[in-house]
Amino acid sequence: MGKTATAKVDLTKVKPYGDTLNDGMVQLSFTLPVPYGDEASEAAVILAKKMGLDEPSVVYSKDLGIGYTNFIVYGKCQHTVDYTSIKVPKIEVDVMDRLECEKFIEENIKRDVVIVGACTGTDAHTVGIDAIINMKGFDGHFGLERYKGIEAINMGSQVSNETLVAKAIEVNADAILVSQIVTQKDIHIKNLTELVELLEAEGIRDKVILVCGGPRISHELAQELGYDAGFGPRSYAENVASYVLTELVKRKLV
Amino acid sequence: MKSKLNLDPKIIDSARSSAARIAQDMQKFIDRHTTVSTERTVLRLLGIDGVDDFDFPLPNVVVDAIKDGGGLPRGAAYWIGNAMIQTGLSPQEIAERVAAGELDIMKLPTVSAKEAEEKIMPEVKKSLELIKAQTEKRNNYLETIGEGKQPYLYVIVATGNVYEDIIQAQAAARQGADVIAVIRTTAQSLLDYVPYGATTEGFGGTYATQENFRLMRRALDEVGEEVGRYIRLCNYSSGMCMPEIAAMGAVERLDMMLNDALYGILFRDINMQRTLVDQYFSRVIIGYADIIFNSGEDNYLTTADAYEEAHTVVASQFINEQFAVLANIKEERMGLGHAFEMDPNLENGFLYELAQAIMAREIFPKAPLKYMPPTKYMTGNIFKGHIQDALFNVVSIWSEQSIQLLGMMTEAIHTPHMQDRIYALENASYIFNNMRDLGEEVEFKKDGIIQKRAQTVLKDAEELLKEIEKDGLFHTLENGKFGGVKRPRDGGKGLEGVCVKDEQYFNPFIPLMLGGEK
Repeated sequence: MGKTATAKVDLTKVKPYGDTLNDGMVQLSFTLPVPYGDEASEAAVILAKKMGLDEPSVVYSKDLGIGYTNFIVYGKCQHTVDYTSIKVPKIEVDVMDRLECEKFIEENIKRDVVIVGACTGTDAHTVGIDAIINMKGFDGHFGLERYKGIEAINMGSQVSNETLVAKAIEVNADAILVSQIVTQKDIHIKNLTELVELLEAEGIRDKVILVCGGPRISHELAQELGYDAGFGPRSYAENVASYVLTELVKRKLV
Repeated sequence: MKSKLNLDPKIIDSARSSAARIAQDMQKFIDRHTTVSTERTVLRLLGIDGVDDFDFPLPNVVVDAIKDGGGLPRGAAYWIGNAMIQTGLSPQEIAERVAAGELDIMKLPTVSAKEAEEKIMPEVKKSLELIKAQTEKRNNYLETIGEGKQPYLYVIVATGNVYEDIIQAQAAARQGADVIAVIRTTAQSLLDYVPYGATTEGFGGTYATQENFRLMRRALDEVGEEVGRYIRLCNYSSGMCMPEIAAMGAVERLDMMLNDALYGILFRDINMQRTLVDQYFSRVIIGYADIIFNSGEDNYLTTADAYEEAHTVVASQFINEQFAVLANIKEERMGLGHAFEMDPNLENGFLYELAQAIMAREIFPKAPLKYMPPTKYMTGNIFKGHIQDALFNVVSIWSEQSIQLLGMMTEAIHTPHMQDRIYALENASYIFNNMRDLGEEVEFKKDGIIQKRAQTVLKDAEELLKEIEKDGLFHTLENGKFGGVKRPRDGGKGLEGVCVKDEQYFNPFIPLMLGGEK
């Protein structure tokens, strides 16, 4: 009991599990810009084969009304993954809860930590930065405004990188949090990169902990872009606070 | 109509009276002021359009010249009327010469305000006739090809490219959509000018320009005739150019416009004095053009908690209703907003959502209420998201909402893909048809969870309105009562574009539009 069903799995050759181990079954939904009909379904099947799916089957197709067709397709993936060779960069920090963070500040930093956050560029969605900073937080996890010893400034949405950097300089920020929620055509990458360049140009990149977050942000991507850390979904204020506080001490920025 | 929620009509009346006094108090401030965007709107309605050699819109060029010359307090209509008398040119010719640096309208001899107003009146009438003709055209469509059943199925397109938007909008209409909203490129609300011409580049949306409006209107008329249903077009009369976009929408026959100063103040950090003055003229135009406005109360619940702060939505709806009354907008065009945004883990959350939606319907019986889908608790689990959207659709048909902004299962991931929209339409069409008359059939247990919830929210809203009435709206916004967001009266964007009117100021459109004249 309680044992996971991995006994027969060859972790060097992992493939999707539908209803039988190693059947490779995956489900897809996509639209092709071709008119509804038998030819459209055949096009979907051929495409699925090119994606590496054996025995693709169009289980549903729908005329979108403008000469386009939408499909739901099942197929058996031929590819496998060597799970044993995977290494994902992770934020290495012991997560402290709010009270532990407050105690950590009192004992190790001995002053207020200033954190500036914003949802930058054209993005108007503050749900991410609000979840981390606003008093109420998200899903029962209080935000940074609630933390004794942290002065958190939420600049809201559609903040330009220039405005954010100016604010960070003005309040002598210890850390900058950037949220990117909704993005199109990878605009968030350009936007995040531009902020790093600006901080470097101002000569303060080394003086702040620079963190980004959002549903499409991973720690690895963040590091590639020149950030200290990236927080994806299911990150709360305590994850961000623990990281920022620990790094401040580690880098002797206190 | 007997209240299914056993709401006390005295409390509703009291809340409405407080809201009326709040709006009237603010109107005194509004009446004393004008803004650069209000004056640019006057110029647009006088037929001034186009850009200068630097792609800067001519209404901006002229208003900037008036402002720099210290003439803004008298209003652009005076200066154009005066320039017409002194030069014999048309408003457009005047604007072109100002842009070319050939004419300084602030250095001409001046006539009285009365003379300037008389001179300009034929141009004003022409503009009003143009708008009335569009209203007639819409009515004609509604009488001949008809429209979809309520709740109207409202979907968004947001490709950034107007031509791509048209393909998606026509597809959506063929799939059953009744309203197409073209989301604006996300930074447009903060631009203090309206871009010009057809545009193909934007992020998270497409620029609102008059040409884009015209192109989309034509495409929707075309597909409407084909599917035998008038397809409504929606855009944003919000941000720094609120009234200008309302004027463009009136001229190009938009049917719905998002229009809410409180939203701009709270969520775009636009200066409250600026945008409340702007809102007034924009609502007068919207009312005259028979456009439905949509208010943005749903957004409060994305920052504040949907359960705890539900009364702020109702309070704001009352205020928005009264601002609309002052702008002579019919109840049938007041698309007050609210949303299905409670945490899905909340026990009995569906009951609370239902209570609130029915409450909104009972309080505003004739208003085309706009109901917004879950966004805050959409997770990326598209399968669960589809169910959340289904529950939202159930509440909507049950509570007889009017405009249903369809939830997309890919909310919080990306702007809608082609197939997302059709799954959303199928979801809503299925539920609306399958549960069509549920609301007629069901009554609620006396003093049960649903009745109690609605009564509590209404009572809290009434109390909040009394408080706002005491403190004034500016003060309330400074204290963060809505959406948990605080904004200073002199902060935010656009305050430099506000000025006090002088005694000879006139805006020829407002009295005529309020009178409903041709």
